[in-house]
Amino acid sequence: MAAYLSFKEIWRNKGRYLLFSLVIALITVLVLFTAGLGEGLASANKEYLEKINADLLVFQEDTGFSTLESRLEYNTLKQVRRWEGVADVGAIGFSNVTILFKNGAEPVEVSLIGVEPGKPGAPPAFEGEALRSKQSKTTVIDGRIAEQANVQVGDTIIVKTTQGAEDEFYELKVNGITDGRQYFFQPSVFVPLEIWDEIRPKADTNTNAAPLLPNILAIQLQNPDAKVEMGHYLESRVDGIETADIKTTYEAAPGYAEQQSTLNTMKGFTFLIGVLVIGGFFQIQTLQKVAQIGMLKAIGTSNHSVANAAIFQIIFVTIFGVAIGGAATLGMAFGLPSGVPIVFTGTAVLIAVIALLLIGPIGGLVSIRMALKVEPLRALGM
Amino acid sequence: MNTILETTNVTKIYESGNLVVKAVDEVSISVKAGEFVGLVGPSGSGKTTMLAMLAALLQASDGSLMIDGYNLSEMNDIQRTSFRREKIGFTFQSNNLVPYLTALENVELMLRLNKKFNRKSRQHAKDLLLRLGLEGRLDSLPSQLSGGQQQRVAIARSLIHDPSVVLADEPTASLDTERANQVVGIFADLIHEQQRAGIMVTHDLRMCKYVDKVIQMVDGKVTNIITERATIDQLAGSSKFAEAPTQKVKPVQQPQRLLAHAMPNLVGAAVGD
Repeated sequence: MAAYLSFKEIWRNKGRYLLFSLVIALITVLVLFTAGLGEGLASANKEYLEKINADLLVFQEDTGFSTLESRLEYNTLKQVRRWEGVADVGAIGFSNVTILFKNGAEPVEVSLIGVEPGKPGAPPAFEGEALRSKQSKTTVIDGRIAEQANVQVGDTIIVKTTQGAEDEFYELKVNGITDGRQYFFQPSVFVPLEIWDEIRPKADTNTNAAPLLPNILAIQLQNPDAKVEMGHYLESRVDGIETADIKTTYEAAPGYAEQQSTLNTMKGFTFLIGVLVIGGFFQIQTLQKVAQIGMLKAIGTSNHSVANAAIFQIIFVTIFGVAIGGAATLGMAFGLPSGVPIVFTGTAVLIAVIALLLIGPIGGLVSIRMALKVEPLRALGM
Repeated sequence: MNTILETTNVTKIYESGNLVVKAVDEVSISVKAGEFVGLVGPSGSGKTTMLAMLAALLQASDGSLMIDGYNLSEMNDIQRTSFRREKIGFTFQSNNLVPYLTALENVELMLRLNKKFNRKSRQHAKDLLLRLGLEGRLDSLPSQLSGGQQQRVAIARSLIHDPSVVLADEPTASLDTERANQVVGIFADLIHEQQRAGIMVTHDLRMCKYVDKVIQMVDGKVTNIITERATIDQLAGSSKFAEAPTQKVKPVQQPQRLLAHAMPNLVGAAVGD
């Protein structure tokens, strides 16, 4: 009965309910894009670290887990490696450089990441080969660079870097292409650590004088579940270090917390707007239908049926609107350029969709209450 | 004929702060099966309040209301809702129909509410609408129907579920004379045919020509119950607006008839002369 009345009203007023579904669709698009932007920006900041093949990261003490501020002596790696529980250790260095392409593609700002081939921190290659030699000028590049600049395995790229007061250019042969491994909002280019030390930007051009100072160490543990214990253990046995798990590291990245907080606030306000808009619409609807509701109650329609009719309508309109919005978001996402930091992950989208489906019933609660409180006599003017 | 509806000393009191209003004051009436009753009186006489109590929309402050063996005074809200759905047919002054349902769907609504909707009852609904002269209008929305047609659909809806009592609150208020006669005439015919107990509240005394009994109310009390056909017809022909004539009504003189239209409060004095 309630469903019958509900669908009949929607059917006979298709235009009005379609318009309202479109409003919900717009809110859905806004929420999903905000969620996607949050994921994308977060991913752009932490993608490499999220995918790293390590359980713990070692930083210089008192650097706030900053990968750029931390500087470790290579000797620290040897000290860490010898302790029980440590399966393997790899040193990692981070810099920012510009990549130029021989095929005339636009230059790209990238994170230049120095890793030890075959050690924790070195990325896998999904095309071509991973890094092997410590000293060859070869590279594994982020899949985004390959797509953007049409680079393939075997091609040569040029690293433009500033050393001293001069721009220097180094050619690297592309050995392999990995998946997305962004770091600090830039796609990544991986080179052997010693090559990284040679070609990275530096103020002092006398490379022989300066020791190799990686930024962090990536550790694989024999027991990955013992991160906390191993962290404390290593900190007590090796001077001048702090350890952190992967999540702590990327959450400590500059701007990460503020960025996520801003986006979450935006999402929260969008939901609030959605609740108010939906609530407002159904409230106005109910006000316009007071006499009709009064008549229905007068002829014997129970409060239960009146409430259910309202609920069915709210749920149907919300589902329809969210479906349209979801489809529109999907369509738009396919058309976005690859450089736009929007990522739709299954979990984030599911949470957003469930929350959107709830804003209808929450927003409609007031109108349902209004409908229940309609007194037939007063509504009919008797 | 069985007595379907009987009230004994029914009273309705409204209290608001220090103000106490007796909208209905110890009213005792009865209506038999197949009897069509006109409930008349000036504005504020309590007739609509009385109708609301008979429709189980309002709880009486005192007295008993018996319909088809059920005592409405002992029912809670849920029971009254259920009773209205099953035993009462109601036609309102306005807002009778659900605007997004067709004429046929509006009538079927009562069947659906009572879980009686099936192929046979659907056909019965169609037949009733055709009987009410609505051929070709079954699939029309209320906005596509005239006032008289809407009221006829409302009448069909009030009768389709075989209620014991049929009530109508000013069913002709927004209709012209021709349509008003049409609507009330059909209403009366169906009540007589189907042996319902029918009560119509009306200001329009001319409609009393269709009723079997007139109950006059003033200030919450029943002042007169007219059952003689001649007196009822005289009342129906005397004045358009409901006033407080007695059982034996003198014909109103021509100048006074004109005066009655212009200044109805003087009619009682004129009739009493």
